[in-house]
Amino acid sequence: MIFGYPGAALCALYDAILDHEIRHILVRHEQAAAHAADAYARASGQAGVCLATSGPGATNLVTGIANAYMDSIPLVVLTGQVSSELLGTDSFQEADITGITMPITKHSYIVKQAADIPRIVKEAFYIARSGRPGPVLIDLPKTVLAEENVPLQTPVLQLKSYKVFSKGNHGQIVEAAKALATSQKPVLYIGGGVVTSGAEAILKTLTETANIPVVTTLMGIGALPYQHPNFLGMVGMHGTVAANYAVHECDVLLAVGVRFDDRVTSGLNHLFATKAKVIHIDIDPAEIGKVVRAHIPIVGDARLVLEGISARLLSLEPPEVGAWRRQIRQWQEEYPLRHHTVGSLSPQKIIATIGEIAGGEAIVTTDVGQHQMWTAQYYPATRPRHFISSGGLGTMGFGLPAAIGAQVAAPEKTVFVIAGDGSLQMNIQELATVTQHALPVKIALINNGVLGLVRQWQKLFFAQRYSHCQLTGNPDFIKLAAAYGIPGLRVTADDQVEAALREAVACPGPFLLDFVISPEEDVFPMVPPGKEITEILGR
Amino acid sequence: MLHTLAVLVENHPGVLARVAGLFARRAYNIDSLSVCQTDHPAISRMTIAVNGDDQVIEQVSKQLHKLVAVHKVTDLTGQPTVDRELALIRIKVNNDTRLEIMKTVDIFRGRVVDMGRTNITVELTGDGEKIDAFIKTIHNHGILELVRTGTITIIRSEI
Repeated sequence: MIFGYPGAALCALYDAILDHEIRHILVRHEQAAAHAADAYARASGQAGVCLATSGPGATNLVTGIANAYMDSIPLVVLTGQVSSELLGTDSFQEADITGITMPITKHSYIVKQAADIPRIVKEAFYIARSGRPGPVLIDLPKTVLAEENVPLQTPVLQLKSYKVFSKGNHGQIVEAAKALATSQKPVLYIGGGVVTSGAEAILKTLTETANIPVVTTLMGIGALPYQHPNFLGMVGMHGTVAANYAVHECDVLLAVGVRFDDRVTSGLNHLFATKAKVIHIDIDPAEIGKVVRAHIPIVGDARLVLEGISARLLSLEPPEVGAWRRQIRQWQEEYPLRHHTVGSLSPQKIIATIGEIAGGEAIVTTDVGQHQMWTAQYYPATRPRHFISSGGLGTMGFGLPAAIGAQVAAPEKTVFVIAGDGSLQMNIQELATVTQHALPVKIALINNGVLGLVRQWQKLFFAQRYSHCQLTGNPDFIKLAAAYGIPGLRVTADDQVEAALREAVACPGPFLLDFVISPEEDVFPMVPPGKEITEILGR
Repeated sequence: MLHTLAVLVENHPGVLARVAGLFARRAYNIDSLSVCQTDHPAISRMTIAVNGDDQVIEQVSKQLHKLVAVHKVTDLTGQPTVDRELALIRIKVNNDTRLEIMKTVDIFRGRVVDMGRTNITVELTGDGEKIDAFIKTIHNHGILELVRTGTITIIRSEI
């Protein structure tokens, strides 16, 4: 499965594709190939593969590679390159793509001879998927691709210097179990690493047997079902009040597969969870102690380590958390997520209705902005790999190509992309990809005619001086979709939401819903940047 | 505090760029770096002197270790080590100063490796402080050119 776009340097490779059973999705911009491969990986748990030609084709991948790198997504990136003898001469469509992507790839290769390709491809997939996953780039000079009669040997990995830590130190696991058993206010702080390692079952066991409340990061959404009584919601800038208070007040913080991003800690690392003994589980040793000091660091695979802790806890008395749970319930009742709707159409209601109709079975991808945060708050994801969003890099334009990748990975599933009008236009050319490959993705456009999150910051922190966030040249999105052969419907009031969504889902092909909302809708709660986690606006 | 890291890496083109790039993008400061092949032709050893507190050095080591081409990272700081640096220094001389400078070179156990009418070239090995001291001593005579390798470090054997 390859998402790609051909070019001069790749002619030999594209010629060979015709003779093999490799599915290829032709995108309309290479950035979309990288995002689609990225979302394919997130939805399937396999590595995603994207392909672009030399020079501009390769540089167009850069944002997509950075996106996958920040969210630790396994990606194998194939780029065409000019002929070996022209390398370094500023020849036509030459770009030093391994140099350009060095800070945003886990590893990269420039292939010297075709005979090395089997080994390099095998190594690339292994590196991309193992340990902390990430993108691996293989640069393929035209001359290498044109070699004929190449002797192909069974590839043998030559990775003596590459090590993966997986099991976790036994003594530390025992310490962690003891700390949990003697705690009175424990919290599980869950991130994307739990999804990557497939630790959702053991997470559910652990939270239920020891009655420990769970908060997740954006990347951890779906690791525990939204409706689970122990789930407090997302933590951080737009997290729930209960989740943020719980992290602030807890006495043991079991942080699993998280990296204490500044969208969680507000960048105030010394003020984060100060009352807690921090247990930090991560497969990447460099994450331990990078941002917040860990009292009990455990380097290892989230699933294996949690299984170890859980087994150990069985032989100990479970923690006495009755008072803590009552305190949390009080916060939840006092500060529930509230619709702050000002117009006739509530964005929160749109998301919640998508959740009701999809019943948690749909895969939802998002772009980046207010609609993303509303989705994170209100979409009731019931399982991992069903909420797909650009977390670390925050890439506008991710949503539509991500929906393409997710739909290809899971053809039997309903795939929604929840997009903003700013973000959608960053990769709107991919509507043609949707049509060409008959992908039945449902596009829920939350259209406020502005860059909503930027406008919200300007409203709250820049005295309502709205600078260049008005998207007044927006097209008629229904007509635009129609031009690509995609039917659509405009929705302007709450009472039309459900019927419109049902019509979209009933349509056998792709569908666009243009939800026109007020530009005054804001995302709350909000911890202002640089403020303490407890200084929440819009409680 | 200055730390010395011994880093064993794959002897491939591009590995130095990966290491140097890592220092640049994570805003770590390299004080000196020296690198050459080891007795194993597939492996090079880098000696990197880097400034930072313990937390920074821990991050540097861990991030270095994440590079696929890196075999091993050892922080040699605080361990008994032999540290050596090589310097080649071309110094201005005339008939009045030549003997005095050569005497100084002797005191520092350096060697004169090239001699011209108006300048001499001195080879000096030692730890960084010794080379600093020599440079300070002969500075007034005029240094025409100076090149230092950066420190290389090896652990002392147990007695």
